[in-house]
Amino acid sequence: MALSSVVFLDPTDETRPAARAAIERPRSLDGLRIGLLDINKSRGDVFLDRLEELLTGRGLAVTRYAKPTFTRPMPPDLRREITAQCDVVIEALAD
Amino acid sequence: MPPEDGLVAVVKRGCPTCHLVSPVLAALPGLTVWSQDDPSFPAGLDVRDDRDLDVSVGLDIETVPTLIRYAGGEETGRTVGWSRAAWRELTGVDDLGADLPEHRPGCGSRTLDPDVVDELLVRRSGHTLRSRRVEVAALEDEAEAMFDRGLTDGLPVVTPTPVRVLRMLAGTSHAADEVVAVVPPNLVEVTVEKIAVNAVMAGCRPEYLPVVLAAVAAACSETFNAHGVLATMWNAGPAILVNGPIAAEIGMNSKGNVLGQGNRANSTIGRALQLVIRNVGGGVPGGVDRATFGNPGKLGLCFAEDEAGSPWEPLSVSRGFAPGASTVTLFAAEGPVGILEQLSRTPESITRSLASTLRVVGQPKTALFFDATLLVGPEHARIYAEAGWDRARVTAALDEALLLDRADIERGAHGIEDGMPPGPEPRLPKFRPGGLVLAHAGANAGQISTILGGWVGGPAGSSPTTLEVDPWR
Repeated sequence: MALSSVVFLDPTDETRPAARAAIERPRSLDGLRIGLLDINKSRGDVFLDRLEELLTGRGLAVTRYAKPTFTRPMPPDLRREITAQCDVVIEALAD
Repeated sequence: MPPEDGLVAVVKRGCPTCHLVSPVLAALPGLTVWSQDDPSFPAGLDVRDDRDLDVSVGLDIETVPTLIRYAGGEETGRTVGWSRAAWRELTGVDDLGADLPEHRPGCGSRTLDPDVVDELLVRRSGHTLRSRRVEVAALEDEAEAMFDRGLTDGLPVVTPTPVRVLRMLAGTSHAADEVVAVVPPNLVEVTVEKIAVNAVMAGCRPEYLPVVLAAVAAACSETFNAHGVLATMWNAGPAILVNGPIAAEIGMNSKGNVLGQGNRANSTIGRALQLVIRNVGGGVPGGVDRATFGNPGKLGLCFAEDEAGSPWEPLSVSRGFAPGASTVTLFAAEGPVGILEQLSRTPESITRSLASTLRVVGQPKTALFFDATLLVGPEHARIYAEAGWDRARVTAALDEALLLDRADIERGAHGIEDGMPPGPEPRLPKFRPGGLVLAHAGANAGQISTILGGWVGGPAGSSPTTLEVDPWR
């Protein structure tokens, strides 16, 4: 069965952003679950492939993710998947 | 778009009457046929697709088949179902449907199917909603999502989807964008729509909305001073007492367990007010809410006065509103304190007994400090009824019995350091004038009344505040 997202109406005065703030940057990557996010801009994969080599070479676990397109916000389910599976995420932003 | 001149028929394959009339449709010149469920029906006709029902909604179709005549771009007549006479008159074709029965009722339009009604409501009116849309991922539990975002009072809430909010808004004639009040502590203008969103979350039904709107307006009044009630270290929170016909209309409880669980209107209306103060006003525990203990009623406390069984006029009438008017009275309330009194049979004795417990509000050695609401139970009220004491007389008798000897309540008296400072008056009233409010509620059985202690009364604190509900319908 296809999953569908739910939309609700913000019950607040809307002065706070709907998205929540980022967590603090960790001091070390040791023991953390690392996500590598390709936003689908050209050569992002080259950058992330090299990062994956470097990180796995240090014995760190990485998981790869990709946005369908860089032109639109990330699908909420992908965001949810990453937050459930990763402690930190490294995103390849620009071409 | 309907034609300038000609006929429009709206049909669906799932309707036997539509099958019955399909040969007739084929015989009508200048006819446009829209199908609600299958554009290949009726076969052999150039049928247009209205499976998304936009045309049917636009034409306000309730029954299929519906036949409409247009002339000069205006609708000049319509008929529903099959009636030979009506179809002949509308089409001007004298021998139309000669071999069909004279009459056959139609079927319900797809626009009325329960599975599409909600979607159509959102499509038709969703654009009127101004609140920001927040998307919850499919893998995220929506109840958890509301907790994660800090939007609940600690209990789960109903997710305020656009369709639920639109249904809630049907509970009032007021426009969704009308500003109802300015909500403390952040002094935010709150619209009917935002209140409806929070009322959905609280679990209200649409018919409760006028009560919620009146309660928010009353809570945010200068006299009630919701900011102070929120910010105080004292236990109190806002309580709502409902008078008038609306209480029975929405099934409120005024009898057994009146302050307890089990009645949806009682449980959700007060909660909706508190969610508005939390979510719109920004009043959260540990923030501006500085309560040392709080009380369980701060999840929401709302109940009705038992008018039918009361020996007195409704509280709203005593407070100057017309008999038959529906009102909310907002007052500050901490947790209930019961008074068990089983032997008094005279109004004088029961008054002294009730007064002796009312002395403890705040602290037994305070005077002219906190307000209180006394809920007189039916078995106690009967003693007053038999003696012919009305609400004003009982209140005056209680105030008289609550004139406290200064010697008893001064600092240091009875070996207790706290108390009133020295002063010239030999006696001090426990409550300021108007600071003790009496209402009639509770089960018929039980020689019990109950105190809801308040908070600092009057302009320096909070005064009970009554507003009419009917203007918010």
